[in-house]
Amino acid sequence: MRKKELLKGNYAIAKAAVEAGCQSYFAYPITPQSEIGEYLSSEMPKLGRAYVSAESEVAAISMLLGAGSTGVKAMTSSSSCAVALMQEGLSFIAGDEIPCVLVSVMRAGPGLGYIYPSQGDYFQTTKGGGNGDYKIITFAPSSVQECIDLTYKCFYVSQKYRTPVCLLADGMLGQMMEPAVIGEYPYEEIDQSGWALDGAKNREARHIASIEREQETLRQRVEKIFEKYNKILENENIFEKYETEGAKLIITAFGSIARIAKAAVKLARKNGLKVGLFRPILLNPFPEETVAEIAEKAEVILDIELNCGQMLQDIKASIAGKVKIPVKFYGRPAGVMMTVEEIYKQIENCYREITEKKYGTACI
Amino acid sequence: MEQLVYKKPDSIRDDFKITFCPGCDHGVAVRLVAEVLDELGVRENTIGIASVGCSVFSYDFFNVDIVEAQHGRSMAVATGVKRSKPDKIVFTYQGDGDLASIGIAETIHAMTRGEKVTAICINNTTYGMTGGQAGPTTLLGQVTTTTTQGRRADINGYPIKISELLKEIEGTAYVARVTLDSPQAVVNAKKCIKKAFEAQIKGLGTGFVEILATCPTNWKMTPQQAHERVRGEMSDVFKPGIYKDKVSEAK
Amino acid sequence: MGRIVLNRDRCKACYICVDSCPNKVLEADEKVNALGYYPAKFNADKKCAGCAICARVCPDMAIEKVYR
Repeated sequence: MRKKELLKGNYAIAKAAVEAGCQSYFAYPITPQSEIGEYLSSEMPKLGRAYVSAESEVAAISMLLGAGSTGVKAMTSSSSCAVALMQEGLSFIAGDEIPCVLVSVMRAGPGLGYIYPSQGDYFQTTKGGGNGDYKIITFAPSSVQECIDLTYKCFYVSQKYRTPVCLLADGMLGQMMEPAVIGEYPYEEIDQSGWALDGAKNREARHIASIEREQETLRQRVEKIFEKYNKILENENIFEKYETEGAKLIITAFGSIARIAKAAVKLARKNGLKVGLFRPILLNPFPEETVAEIAEKAEVILDIELNCGQMLQDIKASIAGKVKIPVKFYGRPAGVMMTVEEIYKQIENCYREITEKKYGTACI
Repeated sequence: MEQLVYKKPDSIRDDFKITFCPGCDHGVAVRLVAEVLDELGVRENTIGIASVGCSVFSYDFFNVDIVEAQHGRSMAVATGVKRSKPDKIVFTYQGDGDLASIGIAETIHAMTRGEKVTAICINNTTYGMTGGQAGPTTLLGQVTTTTTQGRRADINGYPIKISELLKEIEGTAYVARVTLDSPQAVVNAKKCIKKAFEAQIKGLGTGFVEILATCPTNWKMTPQQAHERVRGEMSDVFKPGIYKDKVSEAK
Repeated sequence: MGRIVLNRDRCKACYICVDSCPNKVLEADEKVNALGYYPAKFNADKKCAGCAICARVCPDMAIEKVYR
């Protein structure tokens, strides 16, 4: 039995990467995730694995591309304005179908912003800044334990589907400490020898490239990649539903804000308000159907985010044309975390409006 | 008894396509790299990095595993490959725009780390694939589509001297600048490319060869005139020679 | 005596081989090849030394084999 430890989110991610068998790690320091690199800089060499301090995030993502192309489990970690620098590489990695893991610990933006917690890079991660049609598969933890479990999941999904996967955390999760267990890597190892580069011995030479001169072949290749995204949504869609049965008001939230929202929902239920929480953990591809199903029996959705309304767009898109209920939003730009009381107050206001029948049926 | 004295190297695909313009030195450079891989017996243990530019279709001719890098990032991609698979022979094949302009940071830092990889850089003083714009190595006075009156130092700055710069980096074990303008030059270039791979194989550091190459299409010259230019004004500014050789020192 | 195997459909008519051959055994063909060029042609009447210089300078690897 592995013991519970008091762990900081960033160390938990780093330790989980080691446990998952990450062979190569590349990064450039940026607060609030630098502990990941600090930890791995001492641990990886001890295990005979690769740690490289890249000269930039542009280089780090390129090293990740190279490492991933050899089939090893490889990872980089960064934050916001530096993940911005990785977008070129991510587009190539997605087009090349190279498995690898990006840990993105969001901080406040735009620009340098500051190191405060934020969810301002939901768009950056799920809509992407790289060129072309592609998705970065994204999982969002809301506790230190989930930082560990989802790091495992990221490695597994990346290797199973040959795709880049992002663990989307934020400064609060990266910096906070709570008890968690570094369990054993729970997934089967996926054989990469059928495609990875290791020298053309007793086989044809392989090439991994995003460039494709034949227009029809290019179209087919991108379509094939999108079929993969559908499969991931089908097989790997994980989420948390809390008290959604019979709820008139559904709170939608992800990551660190979701656990604060959950506490507020608990309080609301205690006070007799029919409120539930839906927390998507797989953020990209977005579980639209799951949201629509949950919304069907509700009267209002209140989306809560530590940004100016980003996942909100996906929530709205999920129910558009299916469920005619209003989607309200409570959020603010990065920086000041929300409190349980603050969210509870929003729930109360929203709930009062429901009971006063303030909402019509066509105000989406 | 008739003896076979030359054949296509095994490190070139049987169904190879040379995607370069007529008379372009790229084709010779590619073949030399392939011949060296054959002679060192490392073809089956090699991973190449294709860069962006005229060299992007490397997998059309190299019969080795190849991964494509983003523009300029070849040396960082090579780092990722080599650190993950230290027993592999890793090389990049880049143009001067890729290696010395957009990718100069990746180049300098990979070499500063002394990555055990080999970098081959084709310097043809222009951005060939996009149609002959001024690049980092464009000579003063050279007419390109973006320096229509000739490159001027006060507006466009100076051509970068790649080998002179990279020889100063502690992590490089071998730095040479060669030409392909004559049969003798081709023989010499191959020797240097071999040394640049030996630097990697012996674990001495990064091996680097800058090849002064022609771009007859964008220079608007015949292949013969283009070779004249390599011998003349190009070699005057970019002096061919061996700039650093820890491989011979280590012998 | 030597001889070469020249794949005329790979030749892009840069004639670097023609210029480099010490015995001038290569010349421009009068018929176009599949690429639309007048490729280099091996003149078997002249004396090929089998030195392989042509193959070494050919940017298209159109000279596939050289025998001596």
